[in-house]
Amino acid sequence: MKARLLLACALAFGSPAAAQRLQEAPRLTGNSPPTTPVPALPVPRTVTDDVRRGRNYPEQPPVIPHAIEGYQITLHTNRCLTCHSRQYIEGSGAPMISVTHFMDRDGQVLADVTPRRYFCNACHVSQADVQPLVPNTFRDALQAK
Amino acid sequence: MRLFAPLHRLWLIARSPAGTLSLAFLTLGGFACGVVFWGGFNTAMEFTNTETFCLSCHEMQSNVYEELSRTVHFSNRSGVRAICSDCHVPHSWTDKIARKMQASKEVWGHLFGTIDTRQRFLDRRLELAEHEWARFKANDSLECRNCHAAAAMDLTKQSPRAAQIHQRYLFTGQRTCIDCHKGIAHELPDMAGVLPGWRDNPETEDTQHRVQ
Repeated sequence: MKARLLLACALAFGSPAAAQRLQEAPRLTGNSPPTTPVPALPVPRTVTDDVRRGRNYPEQPPVIPHAIEGYQITLHTNRCLTCHSRQYIEGSGAPMISVTHFMDRDGQVLADVTPRRYFCNACHVSQADVQPLVPNTFRDALQAK
Repeated sequence: MRLFAPLHRLWLIARSPAGTLSLAFLTLGGFACGVVFWGGFNTAMEFTNTETFCLSCHEMQSNVYEELSRTVHFSNRSGVRAICSDCHVPHSWTDKIARKMQASKEVWGHLFGTIDTRQRFLDRRLELAEHEWARFKANDSLECRNCHAAAAMDLTKQSPRAAQIHQRYLFTGQRTCIDCHKGIAHELPDMAGVLPGWRDNPETEDTQHRVQ
């Protein structure tokens, strides 16, 4: 009983045993120790077939079916919006950014894209045909049986 | 009249036949001097086309060159690199001389520090960029086409979208490279009010869609 109490105290206050347990957990990214060099993997080819992909759950940001390398999204310019903004979709044929992109955090709809939704690739990413880095057991709630 | 007297004397000397110099000396010597002068002139001009010369001004080194170094025209899979003059100086001789004379204003700008801080450079970036866009537009993107020929494009190697757009706009001559490919080698200025390239045409321009 006393020993158990001691162990609990030791764990709670960061004993060497707890530290060791932390080290045993596999790192998710990078090397251990983190300062050692990591060999650079080849950058996979982006999917550029322009076919709109389905979404795995309702809130999923749609993925980008074209290359976006070198696209400038800065204070001064946003390359994505030269096709996907409301003004230009008629000519470009690109899907318009959804109405949520015009809403500020209070739900007020603004005239143009709201600053918090300005950086497209914070949520939208281009795709590549690669093996997943970590196992994933996600299943679509409607299709899973 | 007295003011022009020395000039008049020089003119008289120039008009009179040579007293002691042989005809061969004068013609061959003149030819040799011409070769040296012409060679020297072109060598000096070619030096102003080198990266070393461009980067000797810190305005170029710490703004546009640094931005270029992150783009595909600086480093790519086949190791071809475009330096400043490949895109910003015409290759044919007369156009090059014309551009070099225009560039004397840039020397002025350097001497008087027109863009000698990052902020000053950014403040004028749109104006500077518009000069280059206008130049490319006027010569049908000649400096792009020195390397990229429409006839040599393999459309099957392009993404379907790029192939379609090139066929519709580039091959028909409706647009030129710079219309859509602005900012491929440097960061873009504030683009508010600049229409996307595929719309940037006065004939098809729809003013109600202009971004302000």
